[in-house]
Amino acid sequence: MARTSIRLNRWFLPLLALASFGISSIAVTIPAATTSAPFNFVGASALGAVIYAILSFLITLIAQGPRVAKDRMMTTLVLVAFAIAVVPLISLISTVVTLGLARFDGDFFSSSMRNVVGQGGGALHAIIGTIEITSLAAIISIPIGLLTAIYLVEYGRGRLARAVTALVDVMTGIPSIVAGLFAFAVFALFFGPGIRMGFAGAVALSVLMIPVVVRSSEEMLRIVPSELREASYALGVPKWLTVLKVVLPTAVAGLVTGIMISIARVIGETAPLLIVAGFTQSMNYNPFNERMMTLPVFVYFSYSSQGTDTQAYIDRAWAGALTLIVIVMVLNLGARLISRIARPHTSR
Amino acid sequence: MAKRIELKKVSVFYGDFRAVDDVTLNIEPRTVTAFIGPSGCGKSTLIRTLNRMHEVIPGAYVDGKVLMDGRNLYGSDVDPVEVRRQVGMVFQRPNPFPTMSIRDNVLAGYKLNNARVAKSDADDVVEKSLKRANLWKEVKDRLDKPGGGLSGGQQQRLCIARAIAVEPEVLLMDEPTSALDPISTLAIEDLVSELKQEYTIVIVTHNMQQAGRISDKTAFFNIDGAGEPGKLIEFDDTATIFSNPTKKMTEDYISGRFG
Repeated sequence: MARTSIRLNRWFLPLLALASFGISSIAVTIPAATTSAPFNFVGASALGAVIYAILSFLITLIAQGPRVAKDRMMTTLVLVAFAIAVVPLISLISTVVTLGLARFDGDFFSSSMRNVVGQGGGALHAIIGTIEITSLAAIISIPIGLLTAIYLVEYGRGRLARAVTALVDVMTGIPSIVAGLFAFAVFALFFGPGIRMGFAGAVALSVLMIPVVVRSSEEMLRIVPSELREASYALGVPKWLTVLKVVLPTAVAGLVTGIMISIARVIGETAPLLIVAGFTQSMNYNPFNERMMTLPVFVYFSYSSQGTDTQAYIDRAWAGALTLIVIVMVLNLGARLISRIARPHTSR
Repeated sequence: MAKRIELKKVSVFYGDFRAVDDVTLNIEPRTVTAFIGPSGCGKSTLIRTLNRMHEVIPGAYVDGKVLMDGRNLYGSDVDPVEVRRQVGMVFQRPNPFPTMSIRDNVLAGYKLNNARVAKSDADDVVEKSLKRANLWKEVKDRLDKPGGGLSGGQQQRLCIARAIAVEPEVLLMDEPTSALDPISTLAIEDLVSELKQEYTIVIVTHNMQQAGRISDKTAFFNIDGAGEPGKLIEFDDTATIFSNPTKKMTEDYISGRFG
């Protein structure tokens, strides 16, 4: 079937999309008009996408033939999948920002919750706790994880390496509450039952963090070309120096990214910290003594046990969530910066 | 500084698999020796035994002796790392270190070994090595740029500069031009002929014209079939191998009847 394909105007598809969403908005609004329900945005978007997919497919089919029509159909599908993936993310961030800004003030970052039952108060104790516990977890996990990855990639052969890999896989799947119970059990053995301290929380988080560090570092070290190792050996460089000065620098950008992802993975953990780090309303700078508040636990308690002034507690919970997101975002930006500085120079 | 290498009844194994069988040959100092033969005949494996690089592969080992000026490279008191410092190697694919500048790539043999080199000495080494590798004119104004930004032929010459910067006794080249275009190949071949004045050079090549052009001696290897070990068929002056080989198999390979 020979068909002279008509070129569609470049504004045609955007206009068609706009029209589809217009039609769907009207279609969604008419039945709801009598009940005075709020505008159903999700319904309108979904219906609009379907109308657009069908219309664009049919029009393209008539105008440009089946091959282009199929291509357009798949493009639409991919775009819809992308939107489904991104929309919840944007919605989540906008919700947290709008609700969190109410208490995102100086007071929030300069005071604890000691003797606060209504308005005011802050999350300084939780922020300090989160930073200390996560840093301790990172100090424990990064060397162990990185060295394990180096062992697996550069030295590990045979049964032991396979066993380590299997164990790391199992560890990746450990539910966080189990990690918390493990840390609690270990520390209860040494310090007696009822023990609560920030460091125990850090140990629980390391249990979750180490497998992530091992996995991501292993991938990154494996993609370092073996030619580079050979080039180094051929210059008479011993293996350990080759690992230290050729393999690690070549992989450093990926390693940093992987480590940051692992930190982001554990910084929002609630369950294990609830068990071993406990919760408190007061400042505690010492992770080796007494209960320590963390941001996720702060958010959880602000929301679950609201006092008399409910709104104050809810506002603090949202502000805590926003703070957590900001911390993770700052870490991510830092990681990108480090990656950019350390990236192998391959650009021409 | 060039050294003589003698292989005495050398067999190379990967685990149970015998890759190279019973090779005996002498490599004279200040000559270019070419290893030719079909793929899988063990020539790359054999060249790697000369600086113990094959040991990087788990399970690989060598039977027999490799003597460098009379000292067995496989003696129990010999450190493979020490061997590799004396025997430089250039690989099939150019492999400059991507994290390093051109200058640091040339100095890699020192820097990676944590050797302290005064800046003026380092400058001399960089200039001298790059000049000997015929690369100085092209890169002298961008020594601090990454080595990965050079063309393939330039990268390979950078790798040669890196190998000769540490003043090795012997230079091994494993198909150094197979990934390069004819002009870069010519540049490298000219370079090999110059380096011959100072080094013992062993080169593996699939290109028989190349072996004919640049080598003084040629060793022809072959295998009886897949899974069989590679064997040294004939080793003689290059002129003899190409014009008047004694073995039928060599003549067949040289004249393009197989392989």
